Amino acid sequence: MSDFKLNNETVLERIKTHFGEAILSSETPYDMLTLEVETSKIHNLIKFLKEDEALNISFLTLLGGIHYPENTGKELGVVYHLHSLIHNYRIRLKTFFSIENPEIDSIVDLYIGANWQERETYDFFGIKFKGHPNMTRILNEDDMDYFPMRKEYHLEDATREDKDDRFFGR
Amino acid sequence: MGKIEDLQTINGEGYQLTRLEKVLGAARANSVWPLPFATSCCGIEYMATMGSNYDMSRFGMERMSFSPRQADLLIVAGTISKKLGPILKQVYEQMAEPKWVLSVGACACSGGIFDTYSVLQGIDRIIPVDVYVPGCPPRPEQIIDGVMRIHELVKNEPLRRRYSSEYKHLLNDLNIETNE
Repeated sequence: MSDFKLNNETVLERIKTHFGEAILSSETPYDMLTLEVETSKIHNLIKFLKEDEALNISFLTLLGGIHYPENTGKELGVVYHLHSLIHNYRIRLKTFFSIENPEIDSIVDLYIGANWQERETYDFFGIKFKGHPNMTRILNEDDMDYFPMRKEYHLEDATREDKDDRFFGR
Repeated sequence: MGKIEDLQTINGEGYQLTRLEKVLGAARANSVWPLPFATSCCGIEYMATMGSNYDMSRFGMERMSFSPRQADLLIVAGTISKKLGPILKQVYEQMAEPKWVLSVGACACSGGIFDTYSVLQGIDRIIPVDVYVPGCPPRPEQIIDGVMRIHELVKNEPLRRRYSSEYKHLLNDLNIETNE
């Protein structure tokens, strides 16, 4: 497979032959292949990208959460940025699920560096990563009782009394 | 600095009478050991205050105490997150009486620009503060002015102020044990 060239078309084709049903949509904003993937298949897809000899997309740049309150049934999402250091090729994977039961497979077994990033995503969005060795808050105080990056919560501190809402746009 | 102010002294051969309170006040004020609790840019300004241009050692304050047990003055310089709050409170509780607190900069005084869910909106929500230094960050001159005001307090407040009912009431409001 050494003559396999990585570009958006060949990578998409190769992924689709293995995960055809799970790829819900694909686009290339700023020339970066971006796939929306079924939540249940995301772990296997990342494992495939890492282990496939032709692709070698084996570096996790980052992962993070996102909240779209208007997308009913698909409010919460996780975004993965992956990088092939051998081919200098980047890909972005997105997956969305309901806010009612925000659960997704952890990828700590594939990338140990995902450990703190998944904890951070849990801390701010309340997304639970199944199989994570220590699914607890990481940055906020332990007794915080909500997930502050969800859109329904104000960014501002609710206990501050010296600010008049009329003048501070709250 | 250094001298004991407005005193009626009685001079005699080999002795001088004065008030113990004033002597102790002057002694304390000229050897305040600060504990810098610096978390951000105000801490950098405090470092400049420590440096040779501004030179805190002029006031007997060159000895930074990084253990709260030997410190007299807690200098909180910088943003205190809510997660850091209990640690700051613990540091304050570990200091021995008499103790004073200087709040340096907008963040320590009121949360400053960080009106957000993760930042404590002023350290006076968890520990009592003696002097507030405004600014974002304050210049070393302002920090020195704050320190001078602390010195005035140290010199002039009654030795037993810390055991007064008002002070105990304040500590009680903040849920700080007084060990009395």
